[in-house]
Amino acid sequence: MDNLILLNTVILGSIAFVSALILYLVSKKFKVETDETTVKIVDVLPQANCGGCGRAGCADFATACAKADADLFANLYCPVGGQKVMQQIAAIKGFEVAEKSPTTAVLLCQGTCQNAPSKVVYEAVSSCRIANRISSGQSGCPDGCLRLGDCIKACKFGALSVNEETGLPQIDSSKCVSCGACAKVCPRGLFEIRPLSQNGSIVYVACRNKQKGATARKNCKAACIGCMKCSKINDLIKVENNISYIPADIDASRFGEELAKNCPTGAIVYKENVVE
Amino acid sequence: MSKKYTFPMGGIHPEKYKLTANCPIEDAGLPETVCIPVKQHIGSSAKILVNKGDKVKVGTLIADADGIVSSDVHSSVSGEVLKVEDVAGSTGYEEKMITIKVEGDEWEESIDRSDKVVKEINFTPEEIVEKIRTAGIVGMGGAGYPTPIKTSIPEGKKVDILIVNGIECEPFLTADDRLMIEKAEQIIIGARIINKALGIQNAVIAIDENKPHAIATLDALCRLYVGVNVKVCKTKYPQGGEKQLIRAITGKELPTGKLPLDVGCIVQNVGTVHAVYEAVMKNKPLFERIITVSGDGIQYPSNYRVRVGTPISYLIDKAGGMDESVSKIILGGPMMGNAIVNQSAPTTKLTSGVLLFKEDNISKTEASACIRCGKCALVCPAGLRPFAIKQAITYNGPTDELRKLHAGDCIECGCCAYGCPANIPLLDYCKIAKQEIRKK
Repeated sequence: MDNLILLNTVILGSIAFVSALILYLVSKKFKVETDETTVKIVDVLPQANCGGCGRAGCADFATACAKADADLFANLYCPVGGQKVMQQIAAIKGFEVAEKSPTTAVLLCQGTCQNAPSKVVYEAVSSCRIANRISSGQSGCPDGCLRLGDCIKACKFGALSVNEETGLPQIDSSKCVSCGACAKVCPRGLFEIRPLSQNGSIVYVACRNKQKGATARKNCKAACIGCMKCSKINDLIKVENNISYIPADIDASRFGEELAKNCPTGAIVYKENVVE
Repeated sequence: MSKKYTFPMGGIHPEKYKLTANCPIEDAGLPETVCIPVKQHIGSSAKILVNKGDKVKVGTLIADADGIVSSDVHSSVSGEVLKVEDVAGSTGYEEKMITIKVEGDEWEESIDRSDKVVKEINFTPEEIVEKIRTAGIVGMGGAGYPTPIKTSIPEGKKVDILIVNGIECEPFLTADDRLMIEKAEQIIIGARIINKALGIQNAVIAIDENKPHAIATLDALCRLYVGVNVKVCKTKYPQGGEKQLIRAITGKELPTGKLPLDVGCIVQNVGTVHAVYEAVMKNKPLFERIITVSGDGIQYPSNYRVRVGTPISYLIDKAGGMDESVSKIILGGPMMGNAIVNQSAPTTKLTSGVLLFKEDNISKTEASACIRCGKCALVCPAGLRPFAIKQAITYNGPTDELRKLHAGDCIECGCCAYGCPANIPLLDYCKIAKQEIRKK
């Protein structure tokens, strides 16, 4: 009996030893060389793997950071980690990091259930992608929000939710990391990533309707009618295809309030203290 | 006549509801204004030739074909051009349209308006194709493929047979059925005209067996003409699909991505063939067609001869108006048609029906989970697996996967959605899949 236990221990022990030896040798022989900087950067990154930076994932972004020289590094930005993470990476690399103003996603539509009431009932698959192909949507606006929530499903950070009252998705800018997933998934391109001004305010035209003023107004009370009033306040604002666009470099803290006040339909949205 | 032709794979047998099968074609009359879209066909939009304020007659060319895959558009009324701009169509999206205010009913002098049937074909093939081209004829079965391309065979190809598609397998629609009964001789002559253009002797008019009146009329007349025969097909949906019809009549399978021309066939809808007759013999461009207005939500279901561009709301008023409980208006047949969002949208060369349905006759059951019963694959006449396509679309699968599933071969017949016991709108997913494949 004693003999048997001893025998077992010896056999199993020797198998374990041989296997361990093989594993050790193999791990020496086929060792994957990893850059130390890359490993350090990966540790700093938020590991959301969202692709918001334009890379395949966090590891890919870290490799790119490790390889980059000072010029290339200035173009790399992790939207999830933001300024804080970029500073940490810069510290690892020994670079200076340029100040970048925070950004947030905005919805370029105000076609709420009140502004643009449903004229028809949509009964097919509850997906914006499919609804967009079938018809102009419940409100009749061919460029407005379809209110079926593909963007909400796409957001990995819980920054988007349906506002029960308006029917539109609402953006919680404190959670939004500007990864751009919503902009990619929206079949009508109604999301834009916009920088906040220094005091945390933002101004944009919340309408993409290219129809003529009268038709646009018939579909939605808050439609941009291309009246050109905003372009008189600041001549950088251009009105094309019956729709105004406020470039991102217009200072919201200086012009925002005036622009929003002068818009006859309320298509221009001005918000203060977007991020608390 | 004893053998009944059909395709072997898939297919369904929906209720027929041919309410208007015995209603003679009536003239719908003239609305106050018409909106004529400049793109009523596959290919590039036609170039607009008129401006605001111009006077036009019935049959005046108002937009010229831009390129080979395009088609001429003619005015369907006489009057003054009100505007040339974007107007919301039946889907709610805006399209370029020419709006004409109707004043009187003055036709171009070149059009022969007499009822006399002209039988002698005194034109060369080139002349026939040219006449079809200038008449702006497109495939009236629904696809809108310009007919002149289908009547001129490219070098090195050989055509054996012309199949005239008289199978109206969609429930409710009777426009083609009535046309075959009332214009039987014109259709036979039209088929002979196309045969002459193609340089062949053999034409088959395929009719499904639930149209005994049309079969009897055409069969009796065909005995007087050489080379035109009637073949009776089984009543099965989608027997009228191009691929299914070729398989039924000739026994040949149309491979993926090939045209009927590659298997020696040309398929033309009876409406198209009738339009060819009128274009060649009567110099009449394509500006009116037969439309069935039917469904349980309309007071007097009828078949109308309608000018292109007539608003849908005008047709509904003409047929006795809309019941208040109507909750869905469909353009086309109930299987393949689309629900419209805009009643003032115009009818086009491709509109075969306007159907109005009451609240209680529309299935509104919520879609439940797929139980993998395979019914959709069983009824699919193209031999696809719609449930797999749906899955690939829902989980944003790569386009390669859709291509592996041959989603591009879908004929959008809607058999899968009809057969699905879980009420999943599979057709919507298949349409999206086709779109995704085309994008890449």
